[in-house]
Amino acid sequence: MKVGMKLPPFSVERITNSTLAEFAVASGDHNPIHQDREVARSAGLDDVFAHGMLSMAYVASLLTNWTRQENITSLNVRFLAITPLNARPTCTGTVTALTDGVATVELLVTLEDGTRTISGTALVRVED
Amino acid sequence: MAILLEDALAISWPDIITTISRDRLKLFATSTGATNSIYFDIDEARAAGYPDLPIPLSFFFSLGFEQPEPFKYLTNLDIDIRQLLHGEQSFQYHSMAFAGESITLRAAIVDCYSRKNGELEFLVKETEYFRGDELVAEARSVEVVQNMVTLQ
Repeated sequence: MKVGMKLPPFSVERITNSTLAEFAVASGDHNPIHQDREVARSAGLDDVFAHGMLSMAYVASLLTNWTRQENITSLNVRFLAITPLNARPTCTGTVTALTDGVATVELLVTLEDGTRTISGTALVRVED
Repeated sequence: MAILLEDALAISWPDIITTISRDRLKLFATSTGATNSIYFDIDEARAAGYPDLPIPLSFFFSLGFEQPEPFKYLTNLDIDIRQLLHGEQSFQYHSMAFAGESITLRAAIVDCYSRKNGELEFLVKETEYFRGDELVAEARSVEVVQNMVTLQ
């Protein structure tokens, strides 16, 4: 483990209406703005967009594909932009500090057009 | 429509006591494209030393939806759900939790503030997650109310 080390990226298939319908049931978040185009349009949007927490779940997979979950002591994210239908997010992480057995991992979720949808930080216990 | 801080702070929820099933976590894993089989295969989870399928890092947020009307507090604050965006989400983890365990949530609105001359308002909610007396995790959410959005 070294500062500057990059985690293996995590990416998923394109987000479709059925992804969002399935995630609504699985996550319990039935906010209609993520599922009903008419509701989205009534708020001035072209179409529905993905739940922020769907992308946070991808970030969680990035981390727990890399280290065991019990090593992760905190995870903080900011949602920077909405994720439209048909987007294909990719999560990346970089170790930016290593102090007293704790690694700071800076996190990003990026769409194919370069839009950053999430920035965040995780603290991860590491073995010396 | 400005949210009054005192109205926001007066929002309270009864404790949520919930148990998440293996099937629910499998569905969550599928719907989020999870590839690490310890999150959907009980044999793999046990082989990794876990008593059952782990509750994944971000799923703690979903425990807060285990109540009859999770968005009712918005109505009480005169907020239309279509104006709402999730701004920030943080978790601190003290130990892991697993399918089949009883988890108790205690949540409260802890702050409310506005920016850009009231165009944006922010609601800050904190949640504690307990297994018995043991604090398992803590969460902090910032929801953004976009008052400039024109609703039809």
